[in-house]
Order: sequence, then structure tokens, then C-alpha cells
Amino acid sequence: MNELDYVFRIPEFVLLVAACVVLIVDLFVSDARRNVTYLLTLLALLVVGAVVCVWLAQDVSLIAFGGMYIADPMGHVLKLFAVVCCGFMLVCAQSYARARSIWKGELFSLTLFTLLGMMLMISANNLLVIYLGLELQSLSMYALVALRRDDPRSSEAAMKYFVLGSLASGFLLYGMSMLYGATGTLEIDELARRVASGEVVSRASLLLGIVFVIAGLAFKFGVVPFHMWAPDVYQGAPTPITLLLSSAPELAIFAIAFRILVDGLLPLAIDWQKILALLAVASLVLGNLTAIAQTNLKRMLAYSTIAQMGFVLLAMLSGVSAGDPIAIADSYSAAMFYLITYALTSLGTFGIILLLSRQGFEAEEIADFRGLAKRSPWYAFVMLLLMFSLAGVPPTVGFYAKLVVLQALLSEGATVAAVSLAVIAVLFSLIAAFYYLRIVKTMYFDDPSPESAAVPLVAPADMRVALSLNGIMVLALGLLPQWLLQLCASAMTRTLGG
Amino acid sequence: MTPWLSLAIWIPIVFGVAILAAGRDRNHGVIRAVALVGSILGLLVTIPLYTGFDASSAQLQFVENMPWIERLNANYHLGVDGISVWFVLLTAFMTVIVVLAGWQVIETRVSQYYAAFLILSGLMVGVFAAADGLLFFVFFEATLVPMYVIIGVWGGANRIYAAFKFFLYTFAGSLLMLVALVYLYYASDGRFGIFDWHQVQIGMTAQILLFLAFFAAFAVKVPMWPVHTWLPDAHVEAPTGGSIILAAIMLKLGAYGFLRFSLPILPDASHALAGYVIALSLIAVVYIGLVALVQSDMKKLVAYSSIAHMGFVTLGFFIFNQMGMAGGIVQMISHGFVSGAMFFCIGVMYDRMHSRNIEDYGGVVNTMPKFAAFFMLFVMANAGLPATSGFVGEFMVILGAVQYNFWIAVTAGTTLVLGAAYSLWMYKRVIFGDVANARVAELVDVNARELAILLLLAATVLWMGLYPKPVTDLMDASVAQLLKHVAVSKLPQAVANP
Repeated sequence: MNELDYVFRIPEFVLLVAACVVLIVDLFVSDARRNVTYLLTLLALLVVGAVVCVWLAQDVSLIAFGGMYIADPMGHVLKLFAVVCCGFMLVCAQSYARARSIWKGELFSLTLFTLLGMMLMISANNLLVIYLGLELQSLSMYALVALRRDDPRSSEAAMKYFVLGSLASGFLLYGMSMLYGATGTLEIDELARRVASGEVVSRASLLLGIVFVIAGLAFKFGVVPFHMWAPDVYQGAPTPITLLLSSAPELAIFAIAFRILVDGLLPLAIDWQKILALLAVASLVLGNLTAIAQTNLKRMLAYSTIAQMGFVLLAMLSGVSAGDPIAIADSYSAAMFYLITYALTSLGTFGIILLLSRQGFEAEEIADFRGLAKRSPWYAFVMLLLMFSLAGVPPTVGFYAKLVVLQALLSEGATVAAVSLAVIAVLFSLIAAFYYLRIVKTMYFDDPSPESAAVPLVAPADMRVALSLNGIMVLALGLLPQWLLQLCASAMTRTLGG
Repeated sequence: MTPWLSLAIWIPIVFGVAILAAGRDRNHGVIRAVALVGSILGLLVTIPLYTGFDASSAQLQFVENMPWIERLNANYHLGVDGISVWFVLLTAFMTVIVVLAGWQVIETRVSQYYAAFLILSGLMVGVFAAADGLLFFVFFEATLVPMYVIIGVWGGANRIYAAFKFFLYTFAGSLLMLVALVYLYYASDGRFGIFDWHQVQIGMTAQILLFLAFFAAFAVKVPMWPVHTWLPDAHVEAPTGGSIILAAIMLKLGAYGFLRFSLPILPDASHALAGYVIALSLIAVVYIGLVALVQSDMKKLVAYSSIAHMGFVTLGFFIFNQMGMAGGIVQMISHGFVSGAMFFCIGVMYDRMHSRNIEDYGGVVNTMPKFAAFFMLFVMANAGLPATSGFVGEFMVILGAVQYNFWIAVTAGTTLVLGAAYSLWMYKRVIFGDVANARVAELVDVNARELAILLLLAATVLWMGLYPKPVTDLMDASVAQLLKHVAVSKLPQAVANP
């Protein structure tokens, strides 16, 4: 195919134009007519989503801009769900943001730029472009976290996120510079070729580079011991931003990790595999144990995210040691499936928190969920499904996520290491089940507090539809997961095969 | 061909979901009527399973097989053999009983109550009908969700503790089983069919580890000593219907798992570890029998007697002869009816007195003569009196045990003494004597609904006690087939014949 045919139709380009249009149009819109920008943003997301869908359906694979940009099936799938996350966030943010006067143009344009950053990360095929995408995403996200600038907690969270996030970017950049120093290239493909053929100046700086790159990625994933920012930022950020933060960026970080570790540094898998194993176990242990002690739901979910990312790492370290593309496709499609189901579940969970919050009330304590089953049986049921999905109980989609990760772990034979990792993973899932069940208990077994029982739950229609669809998806994908599993698997296989 | 098994699974679930969706808690009469229709329809569609069953064949019958998750090679594969068909019938029958048992008793959140039970019923039929390992696991785990809600919402004072204990205990076991399933998936070249697994050769170390993983799941569910401690809590706190389902069917899931997984897939490990299982079973029979003797709470007493009776079941399975195996299965079915009846009787008294303490009663026969007569029958069946169903299974297991080892049989035989002691002593204290207090004096005898339930249960208990031939005839071929599997070593040939 002709590269030029596609360059002006790449989703990033469409998104960039849309973001600029939104930015400009918003200048001419009064606060009362903010819906114009809102709808325009949704339209932009719809168009970008449609373009991605078309590319996915047509199985477009494209390497453009001198090999710096790569569009492949894996990228299409990840982008699609990143778009879904952003759209879901805006739909659910409406009443919350209006009540806190952050329903402004910045919310929309920053969201679009975050998305642009993420899509760039997903499609980057060059270390510097990766960094560029990451910074675009991070800087927009810092600003989003600080959106409630008169709220001290929001500002504190943004500060913390910015300082630690910059540190992580520094780690990543430092690691990349070492990779560059060792191999003399920034191109991922060229990097892979040189590492495989041994044209490396210094193996030590290559390995050190890997360590720094992984540390940087671990920061962004929020896995132990680089997780310290997550609980504070989750708690302090406005809830819609937490919703976005907990779902979409992980998809993009996963893509980076895939590009650098698998596409670039596969021959060194034995080395980075061990680091990932260590990070995974530490995240499972610390994330789950600490989550038990939380009374603030957003903090609890932050720790639960840490633990869930441990699971993703378990899949990412499997299947790589032999360098067999089929095994890698299996385990990375498992990781991708896990991330996507996690993102879907996380959207709904924070969506329910948004549903419960109202003017001057954040609904972020676990106790605020008391008696939800009596106040609103349907949303309590949706939340129940989401919690069981996070805990990995069938028939919800979260179960298959855990299952495919376990499968990936044992795919290279039942070695002692693989079996012990699997057993650790399931035992800590048990601990996780406890704190997820506690939410169900609070909703179903406790009585609502008198003041909350008096307040009816009101939400705009689009939010109610989105939340209900999300709940139904979690159950429907739990009954018939074939569709999503196949989507991830075939995307991964084509990405690695082509 | 009519998909009877699918109907037996999905009719209750569809009715349950419909009741839940209708949601409004106003018209209790309609909800109850719909639930009753659903449960009776669910029972009716199981009748062809009995009438159309070919007892001469050990093959799966009423097979339905279609692709479910192609990606994982998991199928929607249903079928019953001579063993599982009984549990499908038992489940459908007990569901009708449970719906009737809650008729005038449950006044809060009626629609959710009936929905939970109907969905639970469909899921349990699914467990017994599944011929695919993953499908089995999904049904097996999914039963936890409604049961957790049932105990937690409609249970007694300490319901939340009991609900958590129930969920976490059983979840812990099944997570290890999940790892085992994934291992078997790879051992059988990527298949999830339970009957494919019956053909797989597995080395001894792996067999032992797999056996322990399955044992963790099933022993907790049975429950065997020393992991039984969740049962008395769950039973005592659950509403009457919950106790009936728990004792009559959920406990059978564990024992059934031994028959489907542990014994035929891992025969060598089963033989190697049989001594331990038998020891645990005997402890359950004798020690738990003694524990039952000193209970002051009637529900607790029956709960402990359930553990003792299930000890007989596992004993029968692990002495590896036709008599013991068939006896164990008969005991499971009989215990389903008898324990269900016992819990129902206690429920009848509890509804009137709101007490389960034996010392609050005395002389009930004076005010409730009809009830006392039926209760007598069930207590006798619980004690294993000849001509009741309780006798047949215990007698067969003891006969089988004599063939295996005389002293084991003697120890197991003590149950006839202990069972009579705790059952009859409780009966004496509750029913006989003078009217103990004013509240007993005000008791009203059973009404038509309760009488109908008691009659139904009494008829089955007597039928199985007087003429158990149809039951054993139907299962003979399947039990023989199972024993054949258990007798053949599944060790890889190179190891078996050095």
C-alpha cells in the first residue's frame, strides 16, 4: 500500500485536528452552552474510534514516517479501547464536573490530548517517539489531575503525580539513552537486529538500560516498588480523572512495554523476565494486603490496581524465554485481554462512584455505599458484577482474564517457578476477594444511612445507559468471552507474525 | 432432540432473572407464583432424563455439545451418566421444596430471594451436567455468588461473618483447583473435556499435587474435617431455604467433584493417598458425631450431623469397591432428602418460636402432633433406621468397608450408635415431655403448605428406604465404569513398566 494514501488518514492526525477544533470552538462558547463542546468532543472520539475500527477491520498494517510510526492490529485494538475509556469518562463526568465547575473546555481538550499522547505511545516505533507520546500523555494528565485548582487535595495530588511522574520519565529517558549508547540506534527494529546479532558496544550498559527502562515503565504502570504515587493521586484527583487514569494509560504503557521488551529486546528476555517476576510478586503481595486496610474506596481501588497490574506482568513475563512467536502471542494476548477487561471493569466502578456523588459530596468512602441495594437495586447489581469481575469470580469476564494469565504462566511447562508464581497469584486473589466482597457486603447487607436514603440517585440518561451497558458487558463477556479473546489473540498473532 | 439438560439449567435461571428484572417488591403473591411455576417447570423438564435414561449404558446421555470458547477449546458440553442424573433430579426437586418453604416466611426483598434461589438452582444443575472442565468450573464457582447473597441478606444475627467465611473458604479451594485445571489443559494437549482428561497419563508427583489441589476444592465443599468449620456457621445463619439447599445440594458438589475429577483422572494418587482420606472421613464420622451430640442449637446439630454423614460418603468413595462407591452415592442422595427435611422441620419450629435452642422447646408433640410424627420419621432417617433412605447408603458403605478392612468398618459403624444418640436425644428434648413453656403451648400445627412439603419429603425418604433398586440400578453401569477407571494406572507407561 502507498504510505501517502494513509498518512492523512491516520487516527492520530484526525484526533489532532479534532482536538484543535475543540480547543478553538470552546473559546467562543459560554458556560451555559458547554454542551456544544461536549458533543463535539464525543463526535471527535466517535470519528477517531470509527477510523480505528475501519483500520482494524481492513487489517491495515502501516509503517510510516521513516519507521518511526507503526500501525498494527495490536495498536488498533488498544487504541479502540483507549477511545472507549475517554468517551466513557466524559459521559460519566457530566453531572460531577458541572457541580464542581470543572465542566470547561480544558477538560475536553486535555482529554483529547491525553488520548493523542496515548495513541502516539501505542504507535511509536522509535524510542524518542515513545518518549514524546508518553510526555504528551503525562503532561495532559498532570493538568487534568489539577483541574480543581481550588481544591487542596487535587493540587497536592497533581504535584505528587508531577514530581514522581517526571522522575519516572527521567528514568525511562536515561534507560533509553543507555540503550542508545550500547547499540547506537533509536529505532526499535534496528535495536532488535543489533541486539540479536551482538553488535553491541557494551553489554553492561545495555542491561543497565533495561533496568532503567523497566523502572520507568513500572512507575507508569504503578507496580511495587514504584507505586507510591498511585493511592494519593487516585484519591486526590477528581473522580472522572481517576476513572481515566485507572483505565486508559495502562493500555498505552502495555504497548510501550511490548515494543521495547519484546520487539526490541527479546534476546535478553531471560534478564528482564526476572525483573518482571519480582515486580509482579511484590505488587500482588503489597497491593492486596494494603488494599484490605483501606476505608477510602478510591484508595482501595488504587491498591487493587497495583495488584491487578501484578497479574498483567505475570502474563508479560510468560512465553518469552524460548523466543517462539506463537508462545509470545499467546501470553501477550492474555496480558492484553487482562488489561482490557480491567479497564472496562474499572470504568464501571468509578462510574458508580460518580453516580453516587453529588454537590458537595464525594461518595468515595466505602461506607457511602451502604445499603445501595435498597436505594437502587440495578446499580447495586452492576457494582456487584464489577466487584465479582475484579475478584475473578465467574460468570464475569474477570474470571477469564485470570484464567488466560494462569494459562500463559503454565504454557511453557509446569516448572517449579511457573507453578509457584501461579499459586502465589491465586492465593493473593483470595485475599483480593475479601476486599471486593466487602463492597458487596456494604451494598447488600447493610442498611443505608438515613441521610443518603433520602437522596434519590439522579444521573443524565447517557450516563445511565453507559453504566448499564458496562455492567451488561461484564456479564455478557463472562458468558461468551470468545469474541474478545479472539480479538486480542488474532491481533497479537498478526502483529507478531507480520 | 430436545435439549432437556439445557432446559433444566436455563429455565430456572431465566425465571430468576425475570423475577429480578421485574424487581418491584410490591406484589409478593405474583412473585411467589412465578417462582413456583419456574421451579416446577424446571422439575418437569428433568423427568424425561429419568424416563429416557438407558440404565445399561455407562456413557454420557442427553449429550449436547457445541463450541463455546473456541480460543480456549472449551465447549458447551453437557451430558449425564447414571451418577449425575440423580443429582440433577435432586436439585430440581429440592428447588420446588425451597420455593414452597419460603412461601409465607420471607417478607423482605422477596423478588431477590426467589431470584437468587432459582438462579442458584440452574447453576447447580449445570455443575452436575457439565462434561467440560471449564464449564464445570464456571458453574461451580458461580454458585458462590447467589449463596453469598442469600446468607448475607436473609440470614440470622451473625450472617455477615458466616457469608464471608462461606465464600472465602470455598473460593480458596477452588482457586487451587483452577491451577490444576490449567495444568490438565496442557497435559491433554489443549483440551478442557473432563472425559478427555480421563485418558491422560500423568506422572506420580504431578498426580499427587493435582490431587491435593482438587482435594482443597472438594474437601472444603464436602466438607471434610478439618476444613469443615464454615459449615456450622453458614448453616446456622442461613435462612431455612438456604440451609436446605446448602445441605441437600451444595455439599454434594464437592463429593461429586471427587467422582468426576480426583478418582478417574488421578487414580494412582487416589490410591496412594486413600489412607489419609479414609482417616479424615473416619474422624468426621466419629469425632464430628460426638460434637453433634453436645450441640444446644438444633441447626448446628444437624449441620454437624451433615458433616458426619458426608464422612460416610468420602469413606465409601475411597475404599474402591462397587458396594462402597454406590453406597456413597446413595448416601449423598438420601442425605439430600433427609437433611433438607431436617432443616425444613427446624425451620417450621423456628418460624413459630424464633428460636433454635433445644432448651427453649419441650413437649411440642402436645401442640403439634402431625408435625411431630413427620419429624420423627426424618430423625429416624437421619439416625439411619432401616426402611428409611438413611439406612441404605450407610449399610452399603459399611458392607463395602468390611471387604476393604474390618476395623475401618467397625469404626464407621459407630455412626449408627452416635447418629441415633444425637438425633433421638434432640428429638426427645424438643418433642416429648410436658409442655415446657407458654410459647410452646401456643404453637399451631402445620398448615396445608407445610404438610404438603413434609408429605413429599416423607414419600421420597420412605421410597428410597423401602425400594432403592431403581436408584442403584440406574447408576450401576456408571459406577462400574468409574471403578474400572480407578483401577487402571494412569502413570506414563515408561514409568509403570521400567
